[in-house]
Amino acid sequence: MGTEAMFGLTGKDFVILAADGQAAYSIIRLKNDADKIWKVGNMLFACSGPPADTANFMEFIEKNVKLNELRTGIPMSTKAAASFTRNELAHALRKGPFQADLLIGGIDNEGPSLYFMDYLASSEKVNKAAHGYGAMFTLGLMDRYWKPDLTEAEAIDIIKKCIKELETRFIVDLPGFKCKIVSKEGTKDVTL
Amino acid sequence: MDLLGAPKRGMFRDFAGTGAAGLPNGCDSISEARFALPAVQDPATFVETHFSPGTYEDNGKRVKFSKGTTTLAFKFKGGVIVSVDSRASQGSYIGSQTVKKVIEINPYLLGTMAGGAADCLFWERNLGMQCRIFELRNKERISVAAASKLLANTMNSYKGMGLSMGTMITGWDKKGPQLYYVDNDGTRLKADENKPYFCVGSGGTFAYGVLDTNWSFDLSDEEAIELGKRAIYHATYRDAYSGGVNNVYHVQENGWVQVYSDDTYKSHDKYSAEREAAANP
Repeated sequence: MGTEAMFGLTGKDFVILAADGQAAYSIIRLKNDADKIWKVGNMLFACSGPPADTANFMEFIEKNVKLNELRTGIPMSTKAAASFTRNELAHALRKGPFQADLLIGGIDNEGPSLYFMDYLASSEKVNKAAHGYGAMFTLGLMDRYWKPDLTEAEAIDIIKKCIKELETRFIVDLPGFKCKIVSKEGTKDVTL
Repeated sequence: MDLLGAPKRGMFRDFAGTGAAGLPNGCDSISEARFALPAVQDPATFVETHFSPGTYEDNGKRVKFSKGTTTLAFKFKGGVIVSVDSRASQGSYIGSQTVKKVIEINPYLLGTMAGGAADCLFWERNLGMQCRIFELRNKERISVAAASKLLANTMNSYKGMGLSMGTMITGWDKKGPQLYYVDNDGTRLKADENKPYFCVGSGGTFAYGVLDTNWSFDLSDEEAIELGKRAIYHATYRDAYSGGVNNVYHVQENGWVQVYSDDTYKSHDKYSAEREAAANP
């Protein structure tokens, strides 16, 4: 669990994810505008961990999800993509693991779904999830305000509440939050 | 079903012996030729415990590394400025005061050297070769993004095997001036949009202080070169592991030019006199 914040919620017909934009080396902030939310097919993967591991792992997953779609002609369901990703993490675990914690959000025939996954390859389907130290500050708020059939505006408001709480209570200043939404129409960036 | 580019970490194949084309088995090009690994159960752990460098000491290991550095590079409207010191230390001993830490990969790509001198020099020379092969195959110059990724891929394939390298890859391609950070963990970062600069090495924090307060995108060429010198000066002043000669390069549309090279004691004479004058008007 690093000094990062990455969290997300399911809504009525969408999933919303947010992540900070910090890339650090030791105690030095190398970058303020890192994009930790990857577009994979018609899904969003938020990935936190050492920059090398996250970039490598996400490129690997992204390309293979695409390859699978080209081979089968069928886009992967969120559940299938989560299972595939979990399996890759589980196999990597015993031979030099990728330290990559993930939130996977997507929408398919089953509706919107959000998966919480850590580098030890545990996977759980949830309605709200968070990784990193940021989880300590945001999960309470998300538990308080989340409800089924959340609208986009309401969800964005919860994300803003979470970021505000991190700014007031977390001793580390996490800069450059990026927020994205995935719905039937595809993925889009949210300006906070 | 086969996966694309399945990760092979921790289970490297043995590439000793050569294939039909006179290349190591399993390699389809020169650039993919690999070093032989120690013949032990777990090469990565073996190499890490016996050869990897410590931060300021080598933890009783048998191989001593030369290190301790300040290197920086920043983008501005006139291109990229790369400014570095030239000291190589082996513990408290100064091994050299005249190291060339800017590596001229080719006439339009520069790399910087921090961490193991041999690793930086070897792998950036190797990168130069891969870039040349790209040019011959594609009849156009490689982008800085692609070049930095070639290096990051190499770093990744030797991840955890004791390589030591913290480098900035700069150049000017179709999309304009570019700046990337690549290190031995396999990290590859594009420069920040709002603060497009990196400082790498033990004196990096001091240089960051100067850059963060004085950098602006609209600097003139002269001002930018001056800022590059100043940031290195302040790092050499506070960091015992940085010093020697300050080399400054300017990356322009038609390639890089070296714009300055002089001993940092001259910077000290100049800037300390300025400070003195400011303190006692």
